Amino acid sequence: MSQIAFHLNGAPVRVSDEAPDRTLLDWLRETRGLTGTKEGCNEGDCGACTVMVTDATGSRALNACILFLPQLDGKAVRTVEGIAGPEGQPHPVQQAMIDHHGAQCGFCTPGFIVSMATAHLNGATDHDDQLAGNLCRCTGYAPIIRAAQAAETAPVPDWMKTDRDIFRPQISQGGEGEARGGAEPPLPGFRPRTSDELAAWYQANPEATLIAGATDVGLWVTKQLRALSPVAFLSGVTDLQQIEDQGDTIRIGAGVTIAALRHALAPRFPSLGELLRRYSSEQVRNAATIGGNIANGSPIGDGPPALIALGAVLHLRRGDVRRKMALEDFFIEYRKQDRQPGEFVEAVTIPAYAPDLRCYKLSKRFDQDISAVCGCFNLETVDGVITSARIAFGGMAGTPKRAAAVEATLIGKPMTPEMADAAAALMAQDFTPLSDMRASSAYRLQTAQNMLRRYVHDLAGVPVSVLEVRA
Amino acid sequence: MSMGKSLPHDAAPLHVTGQARYVDDIPLPGNALHLAFGLSTIAHGDVTALDLSAVRAAPGVVAVYGPDDFDEVPDCSPSAHDEPLISTGAVFYLGMPLFLVAATSHLAARKAARLAKVSYDERPALLTVDDALAANSRFEDGPVIWTKGDAARAIDTAPHKVEGRFEVGGQEHFYLEGQVAACLPLEGGDLLVHSSTQHPSEIQHKVAHALHLPMSAVRVEVRRMGGGFGGKESQGNALAIACAVVATRTGRPAKMRYDRDDDMMITGKRHDLRILYRAGFDAQGKLTGVEFTHLFRCGWAQDLSLPVADRAMLHADNCYHLPDIRIESHRLKTHTQSATAFRGFGGPQGMVGIERVMDHVAHVLGRDPLEVRRVNFYAAMVGEALPGDRADVAESAPDRPPVDDEIDLTSRGALAAAPGGASPPGPPEDIFRQKMGAGKQTTPFFMPVEDFIGHELVAALVQSSDYAARRAAIAAWNATSPVLKRGIALTPVKFGISFTLTHLNQAGALVHVYQDGSIHLNHGGTEMGQGLFQKVAQVAAGVFGVDPGQVKITATDTAKVPNTSATAASSGSDLNGMAAQAACVTIRDRMAAFVAGKHQVKPEAVRFEDGMVKVAGEVYDFARVAMWAYQARVSLSSTGFYATPKLQWDRKAGKGRPFLYFAYGAAVTEVVIDTLTGENRILRADLLHDTGNSLNPALDIGQIEGAYVQGAGWLTTEELVWDGKGRLTTHAPSTYKIPACSDRPDVFNVALWGRPNREETVGRSKAVGEPPFMLGISALYALSDAVAACGPGYPALDAPATAERVLAAVGRVRGDV
Repeated sequence: MSQIAFHLNGAPVRVSDEAPDRTLLDWLRETRGLTGTKEGCNEGDCGACTVMVTDATGSRALNACILFLPQLDGKAVRTVEGIAGPEGQPHPVQQAMIDHHGAQCGFCTPGFIVSMATAHLNGATDHDDQLAGNLCRCTGYAPIIRAAQAAETAPVPDWMKTDRDIFRPQISQGGEGEARGGAEPPLPGFRPRTSDELAAWYQANPEATLIAGATDVGLWVTKQLRALSPVAFLSGVTDLQQIEDQGDTIRIGAGVTIAALRHALAPRFPSLGELLRRYSSEQVRNAATIGGNIANGSPIGDGPPALIALGAVLHLRRGDVRRKMALEDFFIEYRKQDRQPGEFVEAVTIPAYAPDLRCYKLSKRFDQDISAVCGCFNLETVDGVITSARIAFGGMAGTPKRAAAVEATLIGKPMTPEMADAAAALMAQDFTPLSDMRASSAYRLQTAQNMLRRYVHDLAGVPVSVLEVRA
Repeated sequence: MSMGKSLPHDAAPLHVTGQARYVDDIPLPGNALHLAFGLSTIAHGDVTALDLSAVRAAPGVVAVYGPDDFDEVPDCSPSAHDEPLISTGAVFYLGMPLFLVAATSHLAARKAARLAKVSYDERPALLTVDDALAANSRFEDGPVIWTKGDAARAIDTAPHKVEGRFEVGGQEHFYLEGQVAACLPLEGGDLLVHSSTQHPSEIQHKVAHALHLPMSAVRVEVRRMGGGFGGKESQGNALAIACAVVATRTGRPAKMRYDRDDDMMITGKRHDLRILYRAGFDAQGKLTGVEFTHLFRCGWAQDLSLPVADRAMLHADNCYHLPDIRIESHRLKTHTQSATAFRGFGGPQGMVGIERVMDHVAHVLGRDPLEVRRVNFYAAMVGEALPGDRADVAESAPDRPPVDDEIDLTSRGALAAAPGGASPPGPPEDIFRQKMGAGKQTTPFFMPVEDFIGHELVAALVQSSDYAARRAAIAAWNATSPVLKRGIALTPVKFGISFTLTHLNQAGALVHVYQDGSIHLNHGGTEMGQGLFQKVAQVAAGVFGVDPGQVKITATDTAKVPNTSATAASSGSDLNGMAAQAACVTIRDRMAAFVAGKHQVKPEAVRFEDGMVKVAGEVYDFARVAMWAYQARVSLSSTGFYATPKLQWDRKAGKGRPFLYFAYGAAVTEVVIDTLTGENRILRADLLHDTGNSLNPALDIGQIEGAYVQGAGWLTTEELVWDGKGRLTTHAPSTYKIPACSDRPDVFNVALWGRPNREETVGRSKAVGEPPFMLGISALYALSDAVAACGPGYPALDAPATAERVLAAVGRVRGDV
């Protein structure tokens, strides 16, 4: 019998014999009758289902629609029903939302309330970023932001601190999975504690689906209606969640979330930090991992182009066998990677310095959108002459890909607008992008070329980002 | 006085705690069934084989209904009876429902619905305006043409001319709560339907029709919607009918909600269209003549397309006096989702066209577009009575169309659907000219413009937004910025208020005062977030002189108030506020008469204020008077009714007075663009909007802010993309991008004009739901202004102005192509 245990709105709950792909949202609404949490899109893009999840590392907002119940084992979940006090006292963000008329139809409101209360608990006041994953179709957001600002200075209510206080790393009893040999029937919801456990099990169960943040796999279930079995949940593998400063390089474990990565790298690589700020939404950044972002092989995921431009090295592991390669070599063709059955992404290492790295994300909407084109540029110059060039794009081919012809042309040339014009023409040799609902082929090619021009302007100090202009 | 107070939304405490209950949150008995449609995967053709055996065998499936399971497949259309619940064999768009699954869970139903084996005889699909024009595929026999004066001659003899072609995209509603309905079977075959609908009477009518029940056997209740925006005026019919069919056949409760992707694949959106224009003008930019051709892509079924396209024609003038104009409107039938109502109901599409002309004319003359706009404004006519007796005009109103039991009279599509139901011809044009007074300004449809406030309103906004100085500063900034360019634009709004199907301009209310003084309020309007319930409660509280908290707001219910019109056309508070006020006044007058009788004074001497009843020096609690009145056997319950006066409209001829009044507004938007990528964002917006004497300024400002962002979204990031096979490829929020939090303007100033409506509306307020949507048009023309800073050419910016289209326009003005 499988069982998981967690806290729900301050009270312990045990859940037995639920399918490992049962989402928290469906369970809350259908089994628990907690209908405050809403389904708006069922794919992690609207935030109406936002819940707060707390563990030893803190409290964060997550999308319940693409969160599987086993991912919650040993954690504390707080829904909109748990945001007001035990006597019904309104939370400061709730009162502020009433006072500032932040709810109209009210359907997105529970998600906003949870996002706002979580940000309030964490002392976060970058409201546009905190709320980028919560869509509202009625208000135009202005009153919601006014409410968030109004609540900033209110003290955190005592009841909001209890999840951290009651949090115990080992709430679960018997819910932890055990490593099993391939001869035994696969246990739904294997939950390794170490990468060694994971390596042994995955080698024995190479057909399994590895689930870290479930921000992609979640949609296999909610939208493609696929059955997943067997599955392993990686959130307990803490040794994969480390970021190590190794002097000249930084080693990033595959289980590091995009949120943690942004926090660690933004001071060192501000442009990459900005790219990661625009990586989906707060809820998704809190769940998605860099390993998942690489391993799923999306041609438009924003992590790989930046990492390739940095010259990242990928570390793979199968059983006890490890190998490494340049990250760009991992991507063979559309959705096909150089990964053996039972082999998984263990880490990626990047150089510690890249002062001229610039990352440009082009999407239909600035926040919480998938790139039409993501261009990352990392040139080195000596006395104005280009000595090294790494330029990588997402959205321009079936895989994240370097602009090899452009790079080759640039080496040994001066970094000037004229040189950028000349080199940009070679983009057409490097790429034959597709047309789709995000952009046309011609537009992708033109903007890829223009991103090189932008890069030269950018390094010269010319303002190039509409996001930095103020009225 | 409770009217005019900025009270919060009545459900705000429920919203913020998750207690506000939507249809999917209503607990149902454990044996409830959950429904899903199986959808077509081609856009046009016939189903040659529909094998549902795997669907029937899927886990949790209780029943599956294909076309063979109906003697007559129920119709879901609000107009022309051309929307079968499921395909009867012919497929008209990709995503059309083919069969219905009932299962023990939502997920089981969805999974089973994908298991059908369907064979098709696929035929070429008409997907675009050009496809439909080439095939002459259209609703109605030909284009609708309205003319006033002689536009062609005026253009041909003008000193300057422009012409152009303008593509305007559609828009997905993206209500956060998707379409949903639930139906409980009652005794004797009666049905209770919970529906997320703006139009409970329509649901009642369609469900009754589908099951051959009298309307009295079907009760529809709507407490609230999680957003509507027009998308729940007719698009909920199918779900309610499906639930009613399954509930009736199985005897079990049935619930249906569309998964978001299904919702976007199945339901209609705002109409996209192509606008062709030609205009002649003088050196000041004053238009002498203008011609528009509207090419509406209506999709596969008629739905509300005819009145939507009409309303685009009715707003082709916006704030501008156009003495010589010709408008030709094509309603094209394509193999795509059936386009439907969306906030503004065609008005935005008409208005964005004339604003394009103003922008283009200004560019040709090298003038500030604002000056060209002002030169063309209607003359101010505040306070001036027009010659000609308006009452006489109203008396000449044609009789109602002949009643036919196949006609859905409660729908905005009704008139067009009526066989032989075209209006009798209206008075000829010369009679109108005579009645309105020769030389007086009228709209292109000969309605006198009596209340134009654009001059003062725009002057106030120019000042408050510092338009002139900012425009100069932007030009200076652009001169020194090689990559980024800014732009600014001011656009006005004049929006006509009333349903253009005149008989829909009616409303009812039901009010009870209980013996403890508590007040129960019900009316035909529905709550979708706009705060209608609170506004009407404030009206009711005002009549009784009590605190609005004393008024119990209750769900819309067809058993309490019958024959309601959709909560649409911005009419919610105008109509229902007046009806509720009438009901309350009736009860208050009875209470006053009773109290006056006790004190031997005239009823007029009784005052209801501050929660008290004041008479002859005595002050009583309202509750005490209610108790006495009850004991004295005075009825404390009343209906109320309201019918909008002064309306008279002949849509065929394009003549008359379809609107009681106009709502006005104006907006200044400033943007910045990136000339390397086309990326763009709104930096600042200043809005000044006319809501008359606002019933609730906070709620009105909320409507205005939200409408602006939604309108700007329509014209910027919200792009619907169909592939060459007719598949909508933007069918989820991952690919269809409504504005997110950071897309609102950094600086966002919103103010109310604050002067009373000259018409006798409730509290002299004005409708607010739709008009401010069109303030978002200023964002498109601010982008045009920024692009124009890049070179000598005219940007000719299509909508939505995505980064890709902005970059293309930059290339165009520079002569790159």
